[in-house]
Amino acid sequence: MNPLLLLRMALRALWRAKVRSLLTSLGIIVGIAAVIAMKAIGDGATVMIQDQMSSLGNNLVMLFSGSQNTSGVRGGLGTQQNLMDSDAVALARECPHVQSVCPTVMAWYTQIIYGPNNWRTTVQGVTPSFQEMRRWPVSDGTFFTEADQRSGAHVCVLGATVVQNLVAEGEELPPNTFIRVRNIPFRVLGVLAKKGTTAWGQDQDDTILMPLNACRRVLQRNPFDNVNQILVSIDNMDNLEVARNEITAVLRERHHTAPAADNDFGIRDMTEMTQMVSSVANSMKILLTLIASISLIVGGIGIMNIMLVSVTERTREIGLRMAVGARQRDILWQFLVEAILLSGVGGLIGIGFGVGAAHILANAKQWPILIDTSTILLALIVAASTGIIFGIYPAWRASRLNPIDALRYE
Amino acid sequence: MSKTNSVVSLREIRKIYHLGGEDIAAVDGVSLDIAGGDFVAIMGASGSGKSTLLNILGCLDQPTSGSYGIEGEDVARFDKDCLARVRNRRIGFVFQNFSLLARTSALENVEMPLYYGAHLQAAERHQKARKLLQRVGLGERLHHTPGQLSGGQMQRVAIARALVNQPSILLADEPTGNLDSRSGAEIMALFHELSAEGITLIMVTHSDDIARQAKRTIHMRDGRVVA
Repeated sequence: MNPLLLLRMALRALWRAKVRSLLTSLGIIVGIAAVIAMKAIGDGATVMIQDQMSSLGNNLVMLFSGSQNTSGVRGGLGTQQNLMDSDAVALARECPHVQSVCPTVMAWYTQIIYGPNNWRTTVQGVTPSFQEMRRWPVSDGTFFTEADQRSGAHVCVLGATVVQNLVAEGEELPPNTFIRVRNIPFRVLGVLAKKGTTAWGQDQDDTILMPLNACRRVLQRNPFDNVNQILVSIDNMDNLEVARNEITAVLRERHHTAPAADNDFGIRDMTEMTQMVSSVANSMKILLTLIASISLIVGGIGIMNIMLVSVTERTREIGLRMAVGARQRDILWQFLVEAILLSGVGGLIGIGFGVGAAHILANAKQWPILIDTSTILLALIVAASTGIIFGIYPAWRASRLNPIDALRYE
Repeated sequence: MSKTNSVVSLREIRKIYHLGGEDIAAVDGVSLDIAGGDFVAIMGASGSGKSTLLNILGCLDQPTSGSYGIEGEDVARFDKDCLARVRNRRIGFVFQNFSLLARTSALENVEMPLYYGAHLQAAERHQKARKLLQRVGLGERLHHTPGQLSGGQMQRVAIARALVNQPSILLADEPTGNLDSRSGAEIMALFHELSAEGITLIMVTHSDDIARQAKRTIHMRDGRVVA
């Protein structure tokens, strides 16, 4: 039989019993709607967390100078001044998986003054590679260059929070204006784009960036070439373990660390957070699959039940169709298409409700949601397959009826 | 009557049912030739085997033994799909209870056998069905559903449906059994017209009055043709 004709015949049969068809599909509708809505919310949350994580930077590993050991009292990371500019250069040169490096010095609790206002913040002395590694564009103005870096120019770039605290509301910082950092004038080259807080609540925009040497020589008054941290970005998070080993080997060799001694530097990366996010996403996936399976089985059984009733009710119709020339497979297809339509249209309605529910929740609770087409397509395919799986038995029963008995059925 | 111009030719047809370990022959060695254009009434008491014979004639059932030729083709050993095709193309059925699809228009009821034959455009199907409904005098009621039609009208829709594939044989099982005498007479008049046009009509009936209108009457008893 011609598929279009089959479809029309099935649509007509279902339309004749509208309320029953709708109630039969209800299981599928509710199941698909729940799964679509939950997936939208879950994906939205995952993407939000991933965005926050990637706002920290590009496959970053952080190196800290080591702990100083004074008569048995250990000072903690950073108390020993043994990470040098040259270490950073060596890492970039000798570790194949290291893409770029940014040696960093910190001037904590630095008072800055602009006009009548003042503010205390942390100044970071970095190299221009910082901007790309932390994925942190300048929203207004420019970042400092390699030339500024080499000449030790007194220039800086301000974080959004700093600007907010130095400039009265409604006013803007004039271009190339000067601020005083510990009473030394620095020319402001630009303002960093707002980055927001980290997942642990630290305001990333409350900072000032300036060339490494300017910060070290002028603010830290440090004549040596040591740094507080080295930011390292590696080519791929999958190579994290290899990259860590390379970095450790290079630094231990450069610092002449004895084979039995501990590392004289600290190394941190975002493995734990990445793992946490992916484990949450995984639990979500398992939960969703479970809910989807249960609701689809329940919905499918509902469809099978009604299809069996329908076959019994329409026994005489089946007998008549056979008498006028319907083959067994024509009858099989007729009932199978009805079952697929019930579940498929149920799936479509469910998708509609699910997307609607996700949007309502997103508006009411300000939750981020993400609806991707592949999920919707998958939901539709799964719903239609449910129709096939649970419709095949009733359809098979219908097709095996004996036309003589079916015609006489009362 | 020579075999060559027979539309239907039965040879030693037997249908044996196994009931409770006992073999019961519902049809017990029937040989019959029906010529093209003939109008045959099959009569007999309940249990005489006339319904079983009609089922075999209509290719709804297969004989246990014997041969059955329709227009020279032996259909007794056809498989189910081939039998379905024979029913679709060569045989039209008219039932006592009309057997129309409920809540479905007369037009669609008549079109239904066309779904299972060669592929036709919707317009062609509509046209064929409309022509036949006009032929049986229901040209004004194309879109009425069975619930909106009288018994006689429903049976005429059923006859139009039986004719839609231009079969050579029309099988009618008590076609006037559920009708009042006037409607019954109308249906019989229609049958006479169809017979005059050359279709082979085989009709099972209880009524002597109806049977008398056929050209030939076959009486059955205990699975055999007795007259």
